[in-house]
Amino acid sequence: MSEIDLKRRNFFKTSLGAAALTIAPGILLFDVAHGKPEAVSSSVRWGMLIDTANCREGCNDCVTACNKENGLSGVNNTTNAQWIRKIEIKEVSTGRQVSLPMMCQHCEHPPCVDVCPTGASFKRADGIVLVDRHRCIGCRYCMMACPYKARSFVHEVVTDQNPDVPRGKGTVESCSLCVHRIDAGLKPACAESCSNKAILFGDLNDPNSEISKKIRSVTSVQVRADLGLNTGVRYQGL
Amino acid sequence: MSAHPPMYFKNRLYYVLLAAGGLVALAGGYAVYMMEHHGHVISGMNNQIVWGVPHVFAIFLIVAASGVLNVASIGSVFGKMLYKARAPLASLLSIAMLAGGLAVLMLDLGRPDRVLVAATNINLTSVFAWNVVLYSGMFSLVILYLWTMMERRMNPYTKPAGFAVFAWRFILTTGTGLIFAFLTARQAYGSALLPPMFIVLSFAWGLAVFHLVQTVLYAWNDKQLDPLISQRKKNLMGIFVIGSLYMVAMYHMTNLYFAQQKGFERFILIDGGVFPNLFWWGYVVLGNIVPLILIYAPGLGKTRCVFAASSLIVLGAFSLLYVFIIGGQAYPLNIFPGYEASSSFADGQIASYSPTIYEFLLGFGGLAIAFIVTTISVRVLNFMPQDKHYITD
Amino acid sequence: MKRLAFLLLCLCFPLAWAGGTAAPKIDIGKGGQCVEETQWMRKNHMNVLKHQRDEVVHKGTREEKHSLKNCIECHASTKDNSVTARADSFCVACHANQAVKIDCFECHSNKRKSAWMQGTGK
Repeated sequence: MSEIDLKRRNFFKTSLGAAALTIAPGILLFDVAHGKPEAVSSSVRWGMLIDTANCREGCNDCVTACNKENGLSGVNNTTNAQWIRKIEIKEVSTGRQVSLPMMCQHCEHPPCVDVCPTGASFKRADGIVLVDRHRCIGCRYCMMACPYKARSFVHEVVTDQNPDVPRGKGTVESCSLCVHRIDAGLKPACAESCSNKAILFGDLNDPNSEISKKIRSVTSVQVRADLGLNTGVRYQGL
Repeated sequence: MSAHPPMYFKNRLYYVLLAAGGLVALAGGYAVYMMEHHGHVISGMNNQIVWGVPHVFAIFLIVAASGVLNVASIGSVFGKMLYKARAPLASLLSIAMLAGGLAVLMLDLGRPDRVLVAATNINLTSVFAWNVVLYSGMFSLVILYLWTMMERRMNPYTKPAGFAVFAWRFILTTGTGLIFAFLTARQAYGSALLPPMFIVLSFAWGLAVFHLVQTVLYAWNDKQLDPLISQRKKNLMGIFVIGSLYMVAMYHMTNLYFAQQKGFERFILIDGGVFPNLFWWGYVVLGNIVPLILIYAPGLGKTRCVFAASSLIVLGAFSLLYVFIIGGQAYPLNIFPGYEASSSFADGQIASYSPTIYEFLLGFGGLAIAFIVTTISVRVLNFMPQDKHYITD
Repeated sequence: MKRLAFLLLCLCFPLAWAGGTAAPKIDIGKGGQCVEETQWMRKNHMNVLKHQRDEVVHKGTREEKHSLKNCIECHASTKDNSVTARADSFCVACHANQAVKIDCFECHSNKRKSAWMQGTGK
């Protein structure tokens, strides 16, 4: 969906909401707003396949889209949050270079969830690893445990957050796979923004989904597969 | 202090010391307020070095708090009278240091206001959550143990209480070591050697702290420590220092043998800037070799030497923890083995860390809490070791 | 002593009791019929929000009726689209009056989504 479409969609949503409030108070048309009242189920497992051949070095579109969607400032310093980052890697023995995006790998057995003292780090039934910020005490143990450095700590007061993406000082955060978009039936912002279609998002549990078909036919790997975490994000051409 | 300072002078000195301790604790409180208000951005910690100087202080205090109980355990579990007389003081130091260490750990949290959340939501797979239980259990158990020792009617229960503390303390230090041992991906951690290493380190650090306090306490009360006792205890400390050096050596030797760990070991031991310096000069030389000379060299080993040795052991402890905690995080996490990496998030780069004054204030605040608890307690209650004239064991 | 006891008693008295005389002036936003009875909401909104937050975060049950976003949608001021910006803003007015700290908005946006999107030029 293009940006214009999204804008229009949101415009419709809010104006419909406002109309509903004025015309029919009490019987609000909540179906137009996103989100389903049913709990997510484990019959779905969201995942991604990243084709590094299509990922251009120097292209930062996914990072920009993520920052915009989630209200991250994108300032590049050591204390600023980065939910997704581009890594340039070079094989030491051969000199082969690859560029790829790195973010929370949404493991099946996430170390961050194992170590979290309060259970603030958790895995949703559909495989998305999240932080419940109401419970996070900011101990940063999950950041120590994550093999992908996917997590960031909010070091400063945050203002003007996206109403769909609450975030604040003193808690840990990471890629949520744009959970608010997924619940509204949309793709994560990074997958949508990639002009080269390097990020394929879908349900790994559905054998007929595009992602499942593709990972059956092409070679893809998990990063640090030796750790046995069974990540939800896979890489092609690594 | 001169031979026999007048009483009023000591009284005044006591309050001066207390006020000084209070002032340092207050400064720690100020640091907490600032970090609460502005966020951790005013500390040197960042998204690469997530645990910094406060954790060095906190882990030292907690490990030493467990180790100092060794003195009590030798008395209660193995029945040595010399140590039994020192069990109350050891227990007091344990409580004091545990309080200081936990305060630092809690107040460094991103949301210290949610301590209740941590107490009511326990994730059973988290070693951190286990430690919350272990620390608070230790606290109450040691208080109970003290009660059985200091209240005559409770004396029959001293032995079982001593046993319980003995067991609990081992599990507690194991838990502290496991915090790091359970980190699967980090090169510096994730070793099964860490819990036993922490236990042996705790013996040396705890005894060093005990010697420091005991020496001051004897001097304050114008008493002379029996040279025979002094002799035995310094020899024990020497053995603990050798033991801990052995464990640290083994930890690095196993790493050196694995090709995948060579880069990390090279960083910590040779070319990592501040870290190899702290490790070799701070920990190995000042924290081990010099104390061992002070303890064992002929002609040395007197009270003053043991005091100096103990101070150096504590200094070495801080050096080792700084290298272990901060050096361990500074070395880049290897996400793509066999590849060189670069990114905007410090992948493949040595992370930089320059601790700020707030972190030190917080750390010293923790030490001050331990100091205040000890100072007040030794004044209002009798923690002075009561040695009999003839030691039979 | 008696006087002290009386003073303490007065302090303990629920402030809401005096609501009739010292009621806060509140900007209720668009207002109108709320998702529940007004009196009920005054008493129970915190429980509703808390229940909703745990359910949504952990299970993904995005039932929007009782969501914080829905509260804000209706009750944000028509002047500045916020529930906390001014002394008489919807959340602040009561909470200041009752001296109860709200920390929702350390993380959550205090604005209507539509207003936020215009603000960021999205």
